[in-house]
Amino acid sequence: MSSPSAAELAARVRRGEVTATSVLEEHLARVAAREPEVHAFCLVTEDLARAQAAEVDRRVAAGVDPGPLAGVPVALKDLLCTKGIPTTCCSRILAGWRPPYDATVVRRLAAAGAVMVGKTNMDEFAMGSSTEHSAFGPTRNPRDLSRVPGGSSGGSAAAVAAGFAPLALGSDTGGSVRQPAALCGVVGAKPTYGLVSRFGLVAFASSLDQVGPFAANVADAALALDVISGHDEADSTSLPGEPPKASAKLGLGVEGVRVGVIAELAEAEGIAPDVARRLREAADALASAGAKVEEISVPALRYALSAYYLIAPAEASSNLARYDGVRYGLREQRADMTETYIATRSAGFGPEVKRRVMLGTYALSAGYYDAYYGKAQKVRTLIIRGFEEAYRSCDVLLSPTSPTTAFALGAKTADPLSMYMSDICTIPSNLAGHPAVSVPFGTGDDGLPVGAQVLAPALGEAEMFQVAAALERLAPAPAPATGAER
Amino acid sequence: MSAVRDLDGWETVVGLEVHCELRTQTKLFCGCRNAFGDEPNTNVCPVCLGLPGSLPVLNRRAVEYAMRIGLALHCQVQPSVFHRKNYFYPDMPKDYQISQYDAPINVGGWLELPSGKRVGIVRAHLEEDTGKTTHVGGGGRIHEAAHSLVDYNRAGVPLVEIVSQPDIRGPQEAREYVEELRAILVATGASDGKMEEGSLRVDCNVSVRPVGSGTLGPRCEIKNLNSLRSLARAVSYEAARQVEVLAQGGEVAQETRHWDEQEGRTYSMRSKEEAYDYRYFPEPDLVALQPSPDWVESVRRSLPALPAERREEVARAAGVPVSSEAVATVVRLGLDGLVRAAVSAGADANLALRRLANEVAAGLEDHGPPDAGAFARLVQMEAGGELTPAQARAVLRLLMEQGGDPAGIAERLGYQALAADALAQVLDQVVGAHPREWERYCAGDDRLAGFFIGKVKAATAGQADLRAATTLLQQRRATA
Ligand SMILES: [Zn+2]
Repeated sequence: MSSPSAAELAARVRRGEVTATSVLEEHLARVAAREPEVHAFCLVTEDLARAQAAEVDRRVAAGVDPGPLAGVPVALKDLLCTKGIPTTCCSRILAGWRPPYDATVVRRLAAAGAVMVGKTNMDEFAMGSSTEHSAFGPTRNPRDLSRVPGGSSGGSAAAVAAGFAPLALGSDTGGSVRQPAALCGVVGAKPTYGLVSRFGLVAFASSLDQVGPFAANVADAALALDVISGHDEADSTSLPGEPPKASAKLGLGVEGVRVGVIAELAEAEGIAPDVARRLREAADALASAGAKVEEISVPALRYALSAYYLIAPAEASSNLARYDGVRYGLREQRADMTETYIATRSAGFGPEVKRRVMLGTYALSAGYYDAYYGKAQKVRTLIIRGFEEAYRSCDVLLSPTSPTTAFALGAKTADPLSMYMSDICTIPSNLAGHPAVSVPFGTGDDGLPVGAQVLAPALGEAEMFQVAAALERLAPAPAPATGAER
Repeated sequence: MSAVRDLDGWETVVGLEVHCELRTQTKLFCGCRNAFGDEPNTNVCPVCLGLPGSLPVLNRRAVEYAMRIGLALHCQVQPSVFHRKNYFYPDMPKDYQISQYDAPINVGGWLELPSGKRVGIVRAHLEEDTGKTTHVGGGGRIHEAAHSLVDYNRAGVPLVEIVSQPDIRGPQEAREYVEELRAILVATGASDGKMEEGSLRVDCNVSVRPVGSGTLGPRCEIKNLNSLRSLARAVSYEAARQVEVLAQGGEVAQETRHWDEQEGRTYSMRSKEEAYDYRYFPEPDLVALQPSPDWVESVRRSLPALPAERREEVARAAGVPVSSEAVATVVRLGLDGLVRAAVSAGADANLALRRLANEVAAGLEDHGPPDAGAFARLVQMEAGGELTPAQARAVLRLLMEQGGDPAGIAERLGYQALAADALAQVLDQVVGAHPREWERYCAGDDRLAGFFIGKVKAATAGQADLRAATTLLQQRRATA
């Protein structure tokens, strides 16, 4: 994309060089041109966006600073509550539901002058890695329309990759921001658990969910994170105190920075050779830029995927219980209450959601709790300890984001396990509650983007983005977006 | 124990689970008003309606009340964790209840009954209330109803559930336990104690065993007990039912039973409803609750004197056993402050206790308690012989009805005049009966004054004001 960055756009709007309205219309024109083939959105909110842009312009005209994201179009994953605007999590069960309130992150974006262009497509309730499990149909990868954009925040990743919006928000429970960012060739970050408020984020797995930004470049992602992060009284798991400034160290380079390449993820089974090769190049590039690169082993990571697929479904089975047809959303009325529950949930949820609710219900059942959920929590503790150990000798860690480049639509829908493997590199950060970011680093043998993942300890966002910015500068020239159907 | 004898060799074992609504201004996890009796579904918000994306934020005041209850029950306050209790029901907005499971805020205490017996407390934990479902049509039960209405005003109201050990024996003791617990809850300020408004809800576990047996029989949990009366009736009925089952060679099934107040019996609830697996797991939307030792201590220091301590104080002052009924009554009715006032005014505490436990307690149905200072003066007047017991009772009644000063009331009633007339009459009789002694006294033998006063004292059984009698005697000699 040759478009200016979000930071540049905001600066021009603030200086009055361009109007927010003209910036918006430019982006809406791109949406009109390519959205029919990409399908990044489940709802485009042109009217709201035009009103917000006009308000930004009024402020500038009146000499009032609209904020650091003045006039920047932003796309929001459809599980972020937007007051009066349908928020469905791309599920039939929430069809037509309009929240009576905005998510904290939505309020913070608006307060910073951002303009909301629409709600983006996603795997239903964020359960999936390809955005094929959406009640609205799949999103296609703007770089190759025969490929998936990744998921579950595939719509947000595609929106940024297609130039529909310079910024987007997604949610990351096991990699749902980073993996689609990698597959679409954009930057996507998952912050430290508790850094960004979850109030108004419709829950998938509460102890793992974090809202994260997508951007076309590292600096914009850090800027967006700085706008949405910080304590929120409405979220009890929100961290107290001043949040770290993600954009504090972007220009510092990596001289002397200790980078650990995670052995378990760099060359693991299932990591495609071209992806593994690009990761070695990334490590070498950092080393030649002055970083101290070493290979490091975190053995507990081998159990991360199994632990995740117990904990996340367990929490989901409880979080999704409320969709029962009694108070809002879909209701399939039957003769009695139990039948109504069954009919509503059978009709309202897609197969992947049902699969996870069943898995989670089973994992929490009396007699199985200790063997499954209890044990998974112990693995989680081991992973945190393993990372702690690694961070004694490293400042950040490095791994691939996704084991492969974007795969073809339909390639994995029939095989849930192979789909679950897509998140093998991203899940550990969610289990540990640590931040991680995916930054594009060259392409695979198929010419599609490869993402490198930089992991950092809790609240290590500044150092994480510092290294990500270096990788961005060191990366091979990105492949041109083809947009061609293969 | 009469209940045991009634059941002829069987002992009734009861454990109680009491849900107490806390008197916070707002709900447990949101800012909605915690109020009884408002228009349905007016005190609701995205959080207590469990709307997607909403999150709970713990009410600090509710935690403080929970600690007050725990400390008043001699529990240990410990770091605790909230769990989700998962089950589907329309009055549960999230289809799970946020409760505490294996790490409750209060554990291991006891409650002392007025009899002096201690009942163990297993735990007292925090949880949120559910909404209220009304089944319309049919017999008012869900399976017969034409439709159901749900009011979510109560959803998210803070509750403390207090679980006793199975230390209670029989219906009367079950009742005493709840009465005592209610007094403690009200004293701590945590609850208004209103069973009729559902502020206090009681479930009881009943089992029976042969007297002398050390093991517990299978228990039945009885629900829908709306008053102390239904509690006692349900325990009696259920114990008798279980004994009957055993006597006929049957086995008592461990189950949940529903108390039918109209019919005065318990019914087995559908076994389907007991097959719940609540799939408890730690609530990920809340962090662990770890009250600082300083906070716990400041709550402990702020606790008022509790009923058991107050009973002890009253009993000590009045010189009666702590288990005496008068002591229990006076403390239960909150009249012990009047005992304290009487004592500090130098009045007879025992007499004060008797007046409070009888006349004042009875009068409370219609009037407030008397003013503490006036009551103390009244007790002094009665003890000093200025008023006869009957007169003191009449003055006390007026004190409660109208207030005022006891001396003024007595005067208005003519009690003092009458008392003086009566004294003069007694003196007349004594003088008339002893003419020779009277002559010697009139001749100047002052030693005989003591003789006459002694006779007056004897004739009035010690109720006369002896100083007044001496004055009368001297006046009589002067005018003879
Ligand atoms: Zn509320």
